[in-house]
Order: sequence, then C-alpha cells, then structure tokens
Amino acid sequence: MSLIPTIGLEVHVQLNTKTKIFCACAVRFGDQPNSNVCPVCLGLPGVLPVLNREVFKLGLRAVVALGGEPSERVKFDRKNYYYPDLPKGYQISQFDQPIGRGGFVEIETKTGPKRVRLNRLHLEEDAGKLLHDQSPTSSLVDLNRAGTPLAEIVSEPDLDSADEAYAYLTNLKAILRSIGVSECDMEKGQLRCDANVSVRKSKSEPLGTKVEVKNLNSFKAVKAAIEHEIERQTAALGKGEKLFQETRLWDDGKEKTFTMRSKEEAHDYRYFPEPDLVPFTLTKEAIEEARKSLPELPKAKKERFVSQFQLSDYDAALLTSQKEVADFFEKTVGEFKLEPKSAANWITGPVFAYLGEKNLAIDGTALSPKLLARTAGLVQAGKMSFQAAKEKVLPLVMETGRCPEEIMNEKGLAQVSDDGALDGWIAEVVAANEKVVNEFKSGKDGAVMFLVGQVMKKSGGKANPGKVQERLRQRLAASA
Amino acid sequence: MSLNFAEMTASALAEAYAAGATQKDVLDSVRAAAQTKDAAIRAYVKLEGAQPKHRKAEKKSPLWGVPVAVKDNICVEGQEATCGSKILQNYVAPYNATVVEKLLDAGAVIYGRTNMDEFAFGSSCETSFYGPTKNPRDLTRVPGGSSGGSAASVAAHAAVLSLGSDTGGSIRQPASFCGIVGLKPTYGRVSRYGLIAFASSLDQIGPFTKDVRDSALLLQVIAGHDPKDSTSAEVPVPDYASFLGKDVKGMRIGIPKEYVASGLGADVKKAMDDAVKTLEALGATVSEISLPHTKYAVNVYYIVAPSEASSNLSRFDGVRFGFREAAADALVPMYERSRGTGFGAEAKRRIILGTYSLSSGYYDAYYLRAMKVRTLIKRDFDEAFAKVDAILTPTAPSAAFKFGEKSKNPLEMYLSDIFTISANLAGVPAISVPGGLSAAEGLPIGLQFMTKPFDEGNLFRVAHAFEQATDWHKKLGNVK
Repeated sequence: MSLIPTIGLEVHVQLNTKTKIFCACAVRFGDQPNSNVCPVCLGLPGVLPVLNREVFKLGLRAVVALGGEPSERVKFDRKNYYYPDLPKGYQISQFDQPIGRGGFVEIETKTGPKRVRLNRLHLEEDAGKLLHDQSPTSSLVDLNRAGTPLAEIVSEPDLDSADEAYAYLTNLKAILRSIGVSECDMEKGQLRCDANVSVRKSKSEPLGTKVEVKNLNSFKAVKAAIEHEIERQTAALGKGEKLFQETRLWDDGKEKTFTMRSKEEAHDYRYFPEPDLVPFTLTKEAIEEARKSLPELPKAKKERFVSQFQLSDYDAALLTSQKEVADFFEKTVGEFKLEPKSAANWITGPVFAYLGEKNLAIDGTALSPKLLARTAGLVQAGKMSFQAAKEKVLPLVMETGRCPEEIMNEKGLAQVSDDGALDGWIAEVVAANEKVVNEFKSGKDGAVMFLVGQVMKKSGGKANPGKVQERLRQRLAASA
Repeated sequence: MSLNFAEMTASALAEAYAAGATQKDVLDSVRAAAQTKDAAIRAYVKLEGAQPKHRKAEKKSPLWGVPVAVKDNICVEGQEATCGSKILQNYVAPYNATVVEKLLDAGAVIYGRTNMDEFAFGSSCETSFYGPTKNPRDLTRVPGGSSGGSAASVAAHAAVLSLGSDTGGSIRQPASFCGIVGLKPTYGRVSRYGLIAFASSLDQIGPFTKDVRDSALLLQVIAGHDPKDSTSAEVPVPDYASFLGKDVKGMRIGIPKEYVASGLGADVKKAMDDAVKTLEALGATVSEISLPHTKYAVNVYYIVAPSEASSNLSRFDGVRFGFREAAADALVPMYERSRGTGFGAEAKRRIILGTYSLSSGYYDAYYLRAMKVRTLIKRDFDEAFAKVDAILTPTAPSAAFKFGEKSKNPLEMYLSDIFTISANLAGVPAISVPGGLSAAEGLPIGLQFMTKPFDEGNLFRVAHAFEQATDWHKKLGNVK
C-alpha cells in the first residue's frame, strides 16, 4: 500500500547574540557547567527578566527575510511546566502573538520549485541541560544554556517527503545564516528540529493522525526518521491497526521511533501573558528598517551567480548555501581573477572535500581567496598537476596558509614542461612499447593515453601530462 | 544616651543625629527595643541572628543611619529570605533587592526581617511558618496581613521604619489594624526586583511609618525607574516632602457610593463621617462618586492573583534551593512531596485556584474574563479622577479581629481586603492613615486615600493635612 505523507517541521534556532535573552550572561557552548549563570537565569526568588533588544531585532530580521508579517505588538507569555532543567517552572515564550506570522521557504522538488509556507515564528528562552552520565545515582543540571535566545519556526504541513524536509532545512539554514540570525550548527544544538508526520490515502482526504517525532540531532536523522515514520504508519494502517496522536522519540542507533507520550499525557501549559515584561509596539519604521537592512538572500544570490558567472544551477546552489562560501567565491573571482567556472570547481571540489574531512567551515582554515587563486594559477600555467595540487599542496595551504609555490618546490612537485626532458622520456617509452605505438598508428587513438601514462610513470609523476600528450602525438604523427 | 530611639520617627531621628547621636547608640537602642518587644508580639523572624547591614554613605539623605526592617519576602544579600514558608527554609539570598540597594546607598541601616503570611497569602499573619505575629494594640488580635510583622514592629516601636509589600492590601490593612501609616505606591513606582513575587502585576513594595512625613521620606529613597524591572516606570520622582504642609483648600475628594452603601460597621462609619467633617473644615470639597465595577474587585482579584502566584511559585520545586523532601526517590514524587510538605494550606489553596483558572478550557471563562473586568475597574478610576483629586474610603471593614476568627473561613478572610484590592487592580497609589478608634475596645481604625497613578505627591498632601488636623497618630503613639 502506498500512502501520501504529509510533513510539517518545527525548528528551533539559537539566535546569534552575545548574551542571554533576559540577563547579561554570556551565551557560550562548551563552558564548565553552571559557569554562565546569574540569579536571573537561575530563576532565583525575586528576580525579573529584562528583554535583550538584540533578540527582538534578530527575530524581526528573520521574519522579514522569510517573507512573514511582523506582529505590531511584541508580547511574551509564560508556558508552565515542571522539569529540572527549567529553573522558573515556566518558559518565557510567545503564545497568541508571535513576532511573525506567515512567510515561506522555497525549495527545489522533483516537480520544480515549491513554496513551503510558514505558520509562525516566535521568540523564547532555552532551558538548561540534564547530565545523566556524571553520577550513578542522580542526574545533574547544567543551566549554562538556560536563557539562551531561540526562535521557533513552524512550517505548514506542506512537505510531501523526507527529501523535501531535508531541502527545507537546508534552505532555511542558508537563509538564517546569510542574515546573521543564527549559526544553525546542529552539533552545537543551535538548530533543533521536530517533525510532524501523518499519512493518508489521497490528497482529497482529511489529514491522517499526526505523530510528532523528537530527538532529531542531524539533518540526516530528520530524513531517516521521517522515512521510517512514513513506513511505520503505512505498515500499521496496512495491517488494519489504528494510529494514535502521540509524541515519538527517534533512536539514531536503532533507526526507529519509540513512543514517548500519548495525547492524553500531553501537558496543559497554562499559557498566560508574562506580567514581568511590558508589551511594546513595533513601529512601521522599525519593520521597514529591518527589511532595508537585509543582505542579498541565498535564492537571489544563486540566481545572480547563474547569470553573472554562467554557473550551473547545481554549482550556484552549492556556492550560495553558505554566505561565507559565496563571499569567498566572489572574492576569488573578482579580486584575484580566477575564472568563475574554475573557481567553482576548485571550491566545490578539493576545498569542500578538505572541509568535509576536517569538519571545518571555509573561514576556519588558513585558505584565502588569494592563496586559492595562486594554487589554481600554478595548475593553469602547467607548473603543477591538478592531482598534485589537490592532494599534496592545497591541504597544506589550507592548514598553514603558506605560499603554494613554495610548497610545490619543497615537495618537488613542480611539473616538468621542459621539451628536452619530456622528449627524452617519450623516446624511451616509444622505443619500449612498439606494439602499442603500432596500435595507435593503425587508428586506435585511445592507445595514446597508455603511452602518456608510461611517460608519467617514468617521470615520477612530475611530467606535465598535457604537454606530454601534445608532444607524444606530434612525435607519433611525424614518424608515421 | 538613654533616649529610646526606636520610639522616634525617622525625621526625629535625623534631628537626633544632627544633635550628635551616634549610629551605635541608635542601633543599640533599636536592637534592645526589638528584642524586648518581640518576645510578646513576634513581629520578626529569627531576630536573634539578625545583623545590621549598612554601607558608607554621605549624610545627605534624611534616612542616613535610620534602621529599616524588611519583610521576609525582600532579598538582602547574605540573609535568609523565606517568605514565612517552610519551603524556603535556609534559603540565603545572594543579592540585594533594588529597594535595599537604594536604602543602603542612602545610608539607611537594614535591620531585621519581619514576619508575614506565607508568601503574602493572607490578611492576618496567621499562615506564617514561624507562627503568628500579634497586634501590639491587643495581643489577642491579629496585626493584619500579609505584612503583619512590618506593621507590628513599627506600631510597637520595635522598629523605626519598615518595608512591606502590598498585592491586595497587605500594607494598608495591617497599617490600619496597628494604627500606623502604610502606603502602597503606584504600580511601577518602586522596583520589584528582589521582591519574591506573589502576583507580579499587582505587587508593590511600600513603607510602614509612624507618620505621613516618614512615609514620604521613605518613598523618596526607594522610588524610581530600575533597569532591572521592566515594569518599573520611567516617570520622574518629585520631591515628596514639598507636598507636606500644603493646604487642601479646594481639593476635590470623592467617596465611592459603592463602598459605603453596603452598610459599614458603626466604628468605621463614624471614622468616615468624622473624616468628611475634618476635610471639609480644611477647605476640601467632598462629594459622592461611583466606581461601579469595583463590586467585582474581590472576584477578579481571586482569579488574577492566584493565577500569577501559581506560576510564580513553580520555581519552588526542591531542585535548586530551599526544602527538598529527602525520602523521595524519583523526580515526580520529589516534586510532589517537597511541595506538598513545603507549602502551607493557604499557599496550596491559591496554587490550586490559580492552576485551575489558567488551565485549558477554563482560561477564557476565568482568567481572560477577569482581566477584562480588571480593565473596566481601571477605567472606573480614570473616570473618577477626572472629577476628583483624591478618593477616600475605609481601609478595612472593621478593626483588628481576633486570632482564629476568620482563619477557618477563607472567603471571609478574603473579604477583609474588599476596600484595598481595587487600588492594586487599577494600579493607583493608596495610603492608609489612622482615622479613629473603635468605641468598645479602642482599637485603631484606618482610612484610605487614593489618587491617580504617580500622584503620590497629592496623596501625601491630603493624608498629611488630615493627619495634622486629627492627630490620631499621636494618640496611637503609646503602646503598652
């Protein structure tokens, strides 16, 4: 039985501020537990929250970048529930008046571009973290994260597959990063995602029973969990079972979801307006200012890259998915005159390979647009093989920031393009491979590559393969 | 020196300092008075361990060197702040409330913590974990509440000044019962930072004093905008003392017909009638006004205040501070047993009331509706203050009642705040001044003046003129 899945995502992103949402404590990942805390974020008796205006600015920026409608009144509410990582026993959030409504994220699908509509974007504070592995008999609480500013972005149920969910997350992340609202680093918990999944027989039917899947710690997990959940629900319905509205947890190791709580056990959060914060009005000027200050968004940038640099859609998408990469590309092309297609190939090829392997961002290495252009220039000028540049020189440049030419010389990777030396090796190879030479002469053109390979081998990989082929062909033609 | 400084007003004490009294003399005298008197009235909590707290300050403020006792819900760095509750036993505040900071900066001395109804839930000071405080005028009667200890300490000359908090009458009603002056400032006039919250949209810290002048002096020091409290107003603080001694000729004073129509007790009625004569003799015009929606004030209050309280008290969960039931072996039982044992009956009653009002399905009918009526009550006051400069009402329906008289019937207890609650709901300032004595027992009767928001200046003006014309404060000066 094949059913139609319907998916909506709830994404929490950490807003890019130096300090917490309601106090002056630093927002920093990886510090000693309970070192970035004060009476306010510890929820000690008598303290009061004061809104960090930067949080509101970033929230507004996200709303306008996503094409949403900002709320005229900025108001906070309390969401009440008990958990040891929630110091006040309530979370300050936004309930009936989120800072933004509507908007969309555009994605590419098999059937063309699609707008995934957004329901809302609201601001709230993060909770702390429980540490279960520090003591055999008890759990410990780290409140460094408590009070970290978050934006929750809720999509409409517009996604039809796990792939679309993946594309949505990728593009949402690109937008938020490009406008400096969030780093969206999932490993640091800066982006978290819950998925609502249901299935039904046809689009004319009402939506099926919704299941919320939590504990998705990577984009891959989001995709895998949604795929699994669609299969599970489809199989259950196929067996004639009934589905229940519930919350399920994804287990990355077992690649399965498990029941966490049923609808009956759902919290009653008893939302009510936060009396400690005074609502304020958002002026039209502030909204206009936020719109005007937006940089070029990834989609516009991608379209520009295609037309301005004659890049493929694919390359342009890769280059514009991160603002830092796009900037790097533009600088390499603009300031250091590397040809656009070549720059794109270098960046999406060897540079991305290195970044992936080392798990680094493009601004996390010693590579500069200038150094990349110089490395590529050495290959273009025939001074070094692409292979050697990719495998031996570029990684070292990226690690150390040293001059690529110096590395090339030091490692003896300079290509031999000198005619005399090349002709010597060519003569030897032609003499030793009479059979192949004859095959070539009788019309088997591909045989020349074998001979080039032999020359390369003889040269210890240093011969310039383009030049070798050129001279080899000349020689064979002359002797025919 | 053998002067009893504790019997003085702050302004008299300032003169004593000018005449050469030392801070040590004053503190010794006040400490001795507190210790002697407290054996019978129990106005303080843990008095034996109380340490005076002060910092070096220039002798500019009239409160320099003046000891101030603070209610047990106001945080003083390094001192226990327990709200008269078991659940906060041994909780030591790590920071100063803003009012405490301001007093210390003015050179005042913080000395002693005063008893209160648990978490300020009560009108009799009978619900404190430490046991009841007694009314210094008659030890068989309650001092009023919730700030009973703050009122009793000043009335008994066991303190010169004290601070209380007022959510529905918790300063004014005990001031009335004990025969002293109690002021609830405009909501937003005094910072709530460091006041352990009962109902955030209603709470205000305010002074207990022996006369109106002291009330003005104390408010002068603690009033003003606080960046740590978003609900504190950025309204300039006038020189309150400049309003003292001004006549009230032509001042328009309104008496709400709804407050007197319900049939006042003979003692209270007489005090009101006498006050009208006094004010008219001073040149004020007294007229009847209407506050039609204030008949719902108690109903509205007992939805709004417990709703906020149920959320504010969530942080007392046994996780980070205060009382934890040691025997509990899992999270939920730990919550249930810590809160079940840590809170007294009235606290639990209000938490349950508030939780109910906010729960889904009831929110619209209770909390939301109450907030709408609250807006109407506020409008009543706006309209009234378009016609009159001040409003006069009784502070409480009766003089101090006996222990146990109302504690069995919560509803009857709640009604003892019937005249004071509206000022909190509307946010207007209100002061209770001594206005008479009951015929049979000679117990103090308080009268309440209210003015429009942030018009404490005119509130002091009329209260001071009335006080000077009646001298009740002097007649009540001597306690056995």
